Amino acid sequence: MTTAEVKKAGIGKDLIVYLCLLAFAGLQFVIAYQNIDAWQMFARMLAVALVEAGLAVMFFMHLWTEKRGFVLFVLIFTGFVLLTMQYGWTDSFRLLRCGTNCS
Amino acid sequence: MSHADLTMQGEPAGLLAGPPFAIPTKKLAMWLFIIADTMTFAACLIAYGFLRNGTANWPRPFHSITNVALMTLILLTSSLTMLLGVRAAKIGDKAGAFRWTMITAAAGILFALLHIREWLGLIGEGMTLLKNPWGTGLFGTAFFSITGLHLTHVTCGVIALIVVGLRYQGGRYNADDIEVLSLYWHFVDIVWMFVVPFVYLLNLAH
Repeated sequence: MTTAEVKKAGIGKDLIVYLCLLAFAGLQFVIAYQNIDAWQMFARMLAVALVEAGLAVMFFMHLWTEKRGFVLFVLIFTGFVLLTMQYGWTDSFRLLRCGTNCS
Repeated sequence: MSHADLTMQGEPAGLLAGPPFAIPTKKLAMWLFIIADTMTFAACLIAYGFLRNGTANWPRPFHSITNVALMTLILLTSSLTMLLGVRAAKIGDKAGAFRWTMITAAAGILFALLHIREWLGLIGEGMTLLKNPWGTGLFGTAFFSITGLHLTHVTCGVIALIVVGLRYQGGRYNADDIEVLSLYWHFVDIVWMFVVPFVYLLNLAH
């Protein structure tokens, strides 16, 4: 972020993003006390956490103001690796069903 | 290919090229570090999720959200004070930048102290790395590993904030260094946004 951009932007946007993050964090605590099953709770909390992270990365870390190529590099590379890490969940369900007795 | 094709006015052509994506090298290095660290935390959280999902008697030891809510508030607010520090540095307000950086470091110290207090409470209830009174011993391993890794990041961040703040005040570092450090601090905050719901809130005793 350049000096000119800093002077032009003001603190208003940062404050709004901060308040949004506080609200989303509060929402996660509300979800924790909802009478829903664990998977629904997990899905809702993950969705809120992703929105929070997106806001923080784009506005607090100013990724939004970087070159388009860099934004795409960060998002695509990170997203791809994070998605490929999800391969083990089926085995987790197998463990839950069979414990250590099934092969 | 001739030598003339490889050089331009005596300089190798590669050295004249700007940094990738036209952002400063230090900032690019920090972003690459953050991407790598994202993988580390993601791997830890996914391994934790694997264990939690595959274990029938997973403990739910947390009765109160007060401490974790306070820690979240402090860390989020420290991100705002860090932004104010970067803003002050960019407009040349050296005293303001130093002040906000130190306030951010103080918030980090407060967060770490609250975290340690919580750890001591759990240890006092009989929880260790390998066993606890509520269920599978894997819980302690997962909990202390993930929160410990995050606490290590916070501690390193506090040290870096103090060092960079002092050197900035002494004229050895400039506003760009404060901005690069702020990226790291915001990243630590973002990781906490995932640790809180998955490690704490999903394990609340209802």
